[in-house]
Amino acid sequence: MTTQTDNESSRLSDPGQWDLYHFDAVIVGAGGAGLRSALQLAQSEQKVAVVSKVFPTRSHTVAAQGGINAALGNVSDDNWHWHMYDTVKGSDYLGDQDAIEFMCREATEIVRELEHFGVPFSRTDAGKIYQRPFGGQSQDFGASQATRTCAAADRTGHAILHTLYQQNLRAGTTFFNEAFAIDLVKDTTGQIAGLVILDIASGETRLLRARSVVLATGGACQLFETNTNAKINTGDGLSMVLRAGLPLQDMEFWQFHPTGVAGKGMLLSEAARGEGGLLRNGDGKAFMVDYAPNVKDLASRDVVARAIAVEVKEGRGCGLKKDHVLLDLTHLDEEVIKKRLPGIRDIALTFLGLDMCDSPIPVYPTAHYMMGGIPTNFHGQVLTQTAAGEPTPVDGLYAIGECACVSVHGANRLGGNSLLDIVVFGRAAARHLQATLAEHKASDFFDPELELTPVVQRLAHWTQAVQAEKPDANEPSDDDSIAAIRRDLQAVMQRDCGVFRTEQTLSELCDTLNNLQQRLHRVTLQDAGLAFNLERLEAMELENLMTLAFATAHSARARTESRGAHSRMDYPERNDQAWLKHSLYFRQDHALTYKPVNLTPLTVDGFEPKARVY
Amino acid sequence: MQFSIYRYQPQTDAEPFMQTFELDEAQVTDDMMLLGALELLREQDPTLTFRSSCKEGVCGSDGMNVNGQNVLSCITRVRTLKAPVVIRPMPGLPVIRDLVIDMDLFYQQYEAVDPYLQPTQPNQTIDLDHELLQSPEERERLDGSYECILCGCCATSCPSFWWNPDQFHGPAALLAARRFVVDSRDITTRDRLEKLDDVYKTFRCRNIQNCTASCPKGLNPSQAINELKSLMLKKQVD
Ligand SMILES: Cc1cc2nc3c(=O)[nH]c(=O)nc-3n(C[C@H](O)[C@H](O)[C@H](O)COP(=O)(O)OP(=O)(O)OC[C@H]3O[C@@H](n4cnc5c(N)ncnc54)[C@H](O)[C@@H]3O)c2cc1C
Ligand code: SF4
Ligand code: SF4
Ligand code: FES
Repeated sequence: MTTQTDNESSRLSDPGQWDLYHFDAVIVGAGGAGLRSALQLAQSEQKVAVVSKVFPTRSHTVAAQGGINAALGNVSDDNWHWHMYDTVKGSDYLGDQDAIEFMCREATEIVRELEHFGVPFSRTDAGKIYQRPFGGQSQDFGASQATRTCAAADRTGHAILHTLYQQNLRAGTTFFNEAFAIDLVKDTTGQIAGLVILDIASGETRLLRARSVVLATGGACQLFETNTNAKINTGDGLSMVLRAGLPLQDMEFWQFHPTGVAGKGMLLSEAARGEGGLLRNGDGKAFMVDYAPNVKDLASRDVVARAIAVEVKEGRGCGLKKDHVLLDLTHLDEEVIKKRLPGIRDIALTFLGLDMCDSPIPVYPTAHYMMGGIPTNFHGQVLTQTAAGEPTPVDGLYAIGECACVSVHGANRLGGNSLLDIVVFGRAAARHLQATLAEHKASDFFDPELELTPVVQRLAHWTQAVQAEKPDANEPSDDDSIAAIRRDLQAVMQRDCGVFRTEQTLSELCDTLNNLQQRLHRVTLQDAGLAFNLERLEAMELENLMTLAFATAHSARARTESRGAHSRMDYPERNDQAWLKHSLYFRQDHALTYKPVNLTPLTVDGFEPKARVY
Repeated sequence: MQFSIYRYQPQTDAEPFMQTFELDEAQVTDDMMLLGALELLREQDPTLTFRSSCKEGVCGSDGMNVNGQNVLSCITRVRTLKAPVVIRPMPGLPVIRDLVIDMDLFYQQYEAVDPYLQPTQPNQTIDLDHELLQSPEERERLDGSYECILCGCCATSCPSFWWNPDQFHGPAALLAARRFVVDSRDITTRDRLEKLDDVYKTFRCRNIQNCTASCPKGLNPSQAINELKSLMLKKQVD
């Protein structure tokens, strides 16, 4: 390595050499949540920037297939109160009912707004937005199947993300693209004061001072070996919050989607079952009738995922290894498949060489979505706890989208509710922020000194961790790598903290994680470059995943009941007496505290916890 | 299996060069995509640099030139490729490092076609109690253009774009232009066509069709451009 590179790399961790910017608000993330928020703020007088580690339309919202829920009633009778009921029940009663009411009430208007923005929704014969049935939806509080998911073929996320990006272009939003947010920065009074980012192409560090930061960094299913997420879904924003000394909520709840391509993980949307597809086991039997006699294949995701795992475990799987089941659409009209499900037909064709028009597709549950995340209220304000255990907002910090836990999804999210969540709370947070910013003068914010030590240390570590020379031939060679540690992390998370968990797997997991953490401290990098240094980014992403693995393992181990997506084989029942509460995990000493679930909606009566039957 | 990959690290390399990499035949499974192979090669050499994200052909990150053809590595099966597999950055735009190109000009051309729906006059409020109606037939006209993922495979295989990336909109931007021109909800069709009616912006397209041949999503920008051209003619006659 040349001395020139040495000097250049050390600039990374020298704040004196960082470019400095000032904004009223910085939004981290340009997925559906970040972009909806940015669009709202673009209509205000505030100076706002969006930071994204990939070009906005590459955010993972682009991959959402099936659709977005709203009780438009374009296909069959519907109303927001039924949507609310389904969401509460789907959440296994862990969802906060004030936030759920808020979301379901906003749904119809915000979906029509998306349509006006230009989303190319599929259409009914009457020219209205097309809707399809999805799992866990009902009319009249559980009486019959509803048809609530608004869809643009099976490319709804692509349609929404591109449209929101387009409208942001129109509005003149400022973007920092391919800019990696490293950490939040506080001032010496402890107030959130901005963030430090790395411009990926040049390798330069930048300091963005801001009166408010909105985290919209998406999910983190890269924590698991097979998942439907993108490479970039590493939970960076969540980990920043932990490093800032704030808690994460309900981190034991990860959704395993029933129908990932077996062994590979790509998603085959619930829309496949919504349009009439059936799950079959090794005997050719459509087995969901045994698990959810009323709604069968359209039961809630946690129910269907467990059913598949049980079928396989009890020897009724398909294939040579009997390690998957089949998603069968061959009885459907080919035209329906080609028109309504072209994207997932493509996925099966590309990755398996199978055409679902004439061949059933091997599927198995795959990590898909995190219900937990950064605790917020329904204005998107990040919450922490006072010493007395009272929830209290963190000044200047918001979180929206999959990284946030409002909590509208509780212990299990319904299909079609996340795209809704991201736009509803993206807009709500922006509105709240607009009102708060209007009350204060910028100068109050930009004067105090910043506390930069933690982020400087972190950057310095990853610049110095580069192997200066080839290791001495006499020394034992250390061939550990970021890739190897990540692979091991994903494998143990899947094995010990997957669809089913027990005290034994979780306590083993905690030990393994300690070990992996040690390896991550020691590992060296090989890339000394500044421009597009992927290895350094991956190291910081892996650090982020590691903190979330601890949060998950400790929260899951403590929760000795089964609820929604958290299935403890050793505690198979839901226990409302002890566990109708949210977990809050702090990084310091892996401490856990708890917070009650909100059972009092805004205007209607609350839904009392009941046994969940589908 | 051998791979010959374009390497360039501006900080340390005076010149780009081709580097040979190798994977054991056993490592290359039948269903392996090129992105999977590249990830294995990165384990041999973590400095090998390329973009990727979704791994399923929807985010548009990983366009690259493979054996002379622009493709997305994540949906290209390795076994369909002739070895040694020659991998270069997509041509025509500046290289940032290895296979990563600077796509700013490509994005600027996209922005230049006003790629957003304008269903109302600027100060008209929108009626959030109703969606804008659109018949299934009207909606169907958007098929084949709204699905674009901005991967740039088309534009960087288009000779007209290579020579004039600052003046010719190029196939992806024009495909987006067409999407809004034909959207029954947009009220600015005439303005759009007028703005596009320009010897460089649109008419630099010489109908060479490389774009259509290289679109990994099976879209047909060249046909969209012809359609725009004929709409412009029609507008002049109107
Ligand atoms: C395959 C798939 C299909 C789905 N289908 C549906 C569906 O049909 N209906 C539904 O309701 N939900 C669906 N979901 C869920 C839903 O799509 C996601 O939960 C939602 O899109 C998340 O949006 P987001 O804006 O929160 O995050 P994302 O879209 O993931 O965006 C995150 C953003 O944060 C940025 N970012 C992250 N870290 C950093 C950092 N360190 N620095 C800078 N920027 C950073 C990224 O660049 C990106 O712009 C699906 C999910 C998947 C994976
Ligand atoms: S048809 Fe036009 S846009 Fe397409 S490659 Fe040829 S010149 Fe380029
Ligand atoms: S038209 Fe096709 S090749 Fe061109 S950017 Fe869009 S998806 Fe990529
Ligand atoms: S990685 Fe997203 S298109 Fe290939």
